[in-house]
Amino acid sequence: MATYPFPQVKRLASIQKATPLEKFEIKIGLEIHIQLTALNTKLFCGCSADYRGKAPNTFVCPVCLGLPGSLPVLNKRAVDLAIMVALALNSQISSRTVFYRKNYFYVDMPKNFQISQYDKAGGVPLSIGGWVDFEVNGTVKRVRIRRLQLEEDPARLHYPGTIDSSPYTLVDYNRAGIALLEIVTEPDITSADEARLFLQKLRSIVEHLGVSNGDLQGSMRCDANISLQGGKRVEIKNISSFREVKRALQYEIIRQKQLLRRGSVVKQETRHWDDNRRITISLRTKETESDYRYFPEPDLVPVEISEDWIKELQSKMPELPDARKTRLVKEYGIPEYDAGVLTGSKALADFFEECCQLYSDAKKISNWIMTDLTRYLKELGIEISEAKIRPKHLTDMLKLIDKGEISGKIAKTVLSKMVRSGESPKRIIQKEKLIKISSKEQIQTVVDKVFEEFPKAVQDAKTDQNAINYLVGQVMHKTRGRADPEITNKLIREKLAKYSTR
Amino acid sequence: MMNYNELTCHELKEMIDNQEITSEEIINSVFDRIDEVESKINAYISLFRDSALEVAKEIDKRIKRGETVGKLAGIPIAVKDVISTKGMPTTCGSKMLENYIPPFDATVITRIKEEGGIVIGKTNMDEFAMGSSTENSFFGCSRNPWALDRVPGGSSGGSAAALAADETVLALGSDTGGSVRCPASFCSVVGLKPTYGLVSRYGLVAYANSLEQIGPMTKDVTDCALLLSVISGNDPHDGTSAPFRKKNYMNALVDDIKGIKLGVPVEFFGEGTEKSVEKCVWDAIHKLEDLGASYHEVSMPHIVYSIPTYYIIAMSEASSNLARFDGVRYGYRAEKSGADWNEVFGITRQKGFGTEVKRRIILGTFALSAGYYDKYYLKALKIRTLIKQDFENALSKNLALIAPTMPTLPFKIGEKIENPLSMYMCDIDTVPINLAGLPSISIPCGFVNNLPVGMQIIGRLFDEETILRIAYTYEQNTSHHKEKPKI
Amino acid sequence: MAKYKTISQEQIEHVAWLARIELTENEKRVFTGQLNEILDYFKKIDEIDTSKIKPTFHVIDLVNVMREDKVVPSLSRKDALKNTPQKEDSYIKAPKIL
Repeated sequence: MATYPFPQVKRLASIQKATPLEKFEIKIGLEIHIQLTALNTKLFCGCSADYRGKAPNTFVCPVCLGLPGSLPVLNKRAVDLAIMVALALNSQISSRTVFYRKNYFYVDMPKNFQISQYDKAGGVPLSIGGWVDFEVNGTVKRVRIRRLQLEEDPARLHYPGTIDSSPYTLVDYNRAGIALLEIVTEPDITSADEARLFLQKLRSIVEHLGVSNGDLQGSMRCDANISLQGGKRVEIKNISSFREVKRALQYEIIRQKQLLRRGSVVKQETRHWDDNRRITISLRTKETESDYRYFPEPDLVPVEISEDWIKELQSKMPELPDARKTRLVKEYGIPEYDAGVLTGSKALADFFEECCQLYSDAKKISNWIMTDLTRYLKELGIEISEAKIRPKHLTDMLKLIDKGEISGKIAKTVLSKMVRSGESPKRIIQKEKLIKISSKEQIQTVVDKVFEEFPKAVQDAKTDQNAINYLVGQVMHKTRGRADPEITNKLIREKLAKYSTR
Repeated sequence: MMNYNELTCHELKEMIDNQEITSEEIINSVFDRIDEVESKINAYISLFRDSALEVAKEIDKRIKRGETVGKLAGIPIAVKDVISTKGMPTTCGSKMLENYIPPFDATVITRIKEEGGIVIGKTNMDEFAMGSSTENSFFGCSRNPWALDRVPGGSSGGSAAALAADETVLALGSDTGGSVRCPASFCSVVGLKPTYGLVSRYGLVAYANSLEQIGPMTKDVTDCALLLSVISGNDPHDGTSAPFRKKNYMNALVDDIKGIKLGVPVEFFGEGTEKSVEKCVWDAIHKLEDLGASYHEVSMPHIVYSIPTYYIIAMSEASSNLARFDGVRYGYRAEKSGADWNEVFGITRQKGFGTEVKRRIILGTFALSAGYYDKYYLKALKIRTLIKQDFENALSKNLALIAPTMPTLPFKIGEKIENPLSMYMCDIDTVPINLAGLPSISIPCGFVNNLPVGMQIIGRLFDEETILRIAYTYEQNTSHHKEKPKI
Repeated sequence: MAKYKTISQEQIEHVAWLARIELTENEKRVFTGQLNEILDYFKKIDEIDTSKIKPTFHVIDLVNVMREDKVVPSLSRKDALKNTPQKEDSYIKAPKIL
């Protein structure tokens, strides 16, 4: 788990525990950037978009490097994917959309302007409005969407050390020019946890659409705008994954509450989330919008999105999480709650349905996925798609339980190992010698031994049920859980009966 | 030995095709001339004698073998240093890119090479194409071959001077507000600004993207049509490139303008135009009348707003286009130990850019900034609509318009450089055409005290054929284009 | 000289900051005069009423110019970094942030 080497963070954490949370009105708006990882190329040039793990500056061209004389040309498929997301988010698609330049200098900018979109000064983004519904504590919460727009990703920066101590910056332009879909919400979110649940739903939607893969490092990022008690808005940038969002927001909420309790004022500013030290640090005062000197991109002509274009994409839309949830209930007869949890992640729902092709008891599958499997994944800090376990492994395991070859208890151990190693249950059982012992003779031998070792318990067992359980437990211990519990129980009782008749 | 450097491309082409001369001889002839006069003219920033000869010899071999070679095979071409040439310096006349060598060719260069054209050097220019005299070059001003104490015009001054001095056979320039036509007029050569979108801008270092085009600069109209045929046509690398295939503009070279209606916009004459220039152009108009065309005066009431409209739009776009020059990925980088990125950017751009460039970036940034966007940039774009409409009206009743290219004769070096506004006013006859995106060709139409005067023929959108035809007809029936300066 | 200032020296300094150009003291002074003269002339555009006029962003009427999502070869790393003033291990080296 996380260690807190910095005293200030430790102090804040302890304050959080000590002081009961007062009713501060919290308003959070999110500015989400999702890479359209399903694309082969970047947004404005033909460089491959598959840059992860590759040597720096090997996936660049005059366009994404910003060489003088280069010109952008729009990737049609990026527009297709953006339209699909807009449809899924109930957002109103613009019939004519244009690109704007957002002018600002920074070390990660190849041109010192970003080709993006804008919703003022005559600008029309890809789509406007919309909403996402998701569950919070059993009730449905709606977060409204303000707009969707396409824009290009800047380069990646690396620092020897931390951002504020590094003597220089290393820049890798492989990521520069990658297609981003920016989704801006209204400030409808009221807690860090709500933010997490909202982003989880959004990710599930986007993955079900097949436009982006959240497993890829940096594919889903978020900036947050947060204000307390109607005060000034603080922008938090550089939250590099959805997982970090809750942490960053929690830290910032505590920081601001501290200031307010002391009677200080929260400055309107931009803060940078440092995910190593897990704090936000002040970077620069927030440039007002006008300083970006937005104007229409002269090198790109407008995009007219016809009804036909939208209809064609709509007819090919994959199944979305909400629709899938309904279908899972109908098709597999699992409870709505289960279906909701499973469709919280496309990979999880896919895993479930694949299991159902191999094993008929859907409720059993669902139970195992939602309880033990989820627990083991959490312990390892990984997602289902990162785990080595395959659907067949789980269903084979269930079949083994049905056949009586392993007990439910042993199965949990097997599952935990399968998640890590990706080996089949049969192999694991063989390797670890976990097969259930059902032979009366074998169990009898152990029972006899236990009776010898624990005479007091045997004595107590005549009258005390707990002592009987203790004896059962000892048999289990000696057989490493493999002894069939029913047979064990039976044999112990038989032996005790013999004793009492002596 | 004949001075091959003094001939036109089409004359030389015939001789090469007949194997009367070799490309190597042409290249050597041109470089001999450069050796002779370049120190007086300063038309070039870089010269590539060795690589040019290599390519020439290769082409000569292929011709000897009887292989088909391109339309420009073996012909030397001088390229304005704002156009990217792979493996060859592309400085844009600036300290900022003094040592920059692009890893790619502009599309026009690719097309020229495919047709066998040989890039012999990069020509001098106003820094980042900002200027009307070439005095803003980091590499010193070029001289007008007709009078060495006068400017050759700008920003493509080097290309025009090289042509006039016979230091090349063909040339390329770029025209954002007159930068091909102005030097063509001042140096008595032919310069054409194509319709916006006809020629690919891929590889053209951007000054003002919504206004500029690369244009051919040549010694006569035939060469102009030939070069335009090679470089024009849709390019998938340029998202603003018109969806036309290449056309053969040689078909436009017809010596006949009978019945053609020409418009003469009154606002291009009168106050602000030198009387001697006016007279020269009117003589040319009457000549066109003699050749069978008719002319009618037209009014274009919004032309008077052209200069502020052009400069606001151009400077705004430029301020953004030039933001990329920060010394990180390429180009000049200032050093200051312990400085953060803001400081390094600030000093790099202070030292790397010349004065005029800095002025325009500041003004452009201002015009786009908080509270001024509507007042300046948006307003200028609206006036642009009105100017465009003025042209549409004038050209609905006439096939082409005739006007002076420049309001003055070539002026003396140093005469206007201290007063930026007076320099901007030189563009009064050329910028309206860029605002409307129309094609326009400047051709020699006479001399005043041995100083050249140019005439502009402005056409309808994508109707380069008509303006070439009118230019060709005029040229066939006059001899201004045959005059050569005594250097 | 301009009758009154459209842009003050302070504004010019702010704009120069936005444009990341560190003007010298002399430049600030000279530019203030020159830019005011130019902007004074630009005031001409206020003479005309454009309230009912649409702006022209592109002179030719093109829409939907797009390309296929097909990979083309990138520059070699050598070419990409050929003109880079400072590099380290195939990264491009930029000044520090703070």
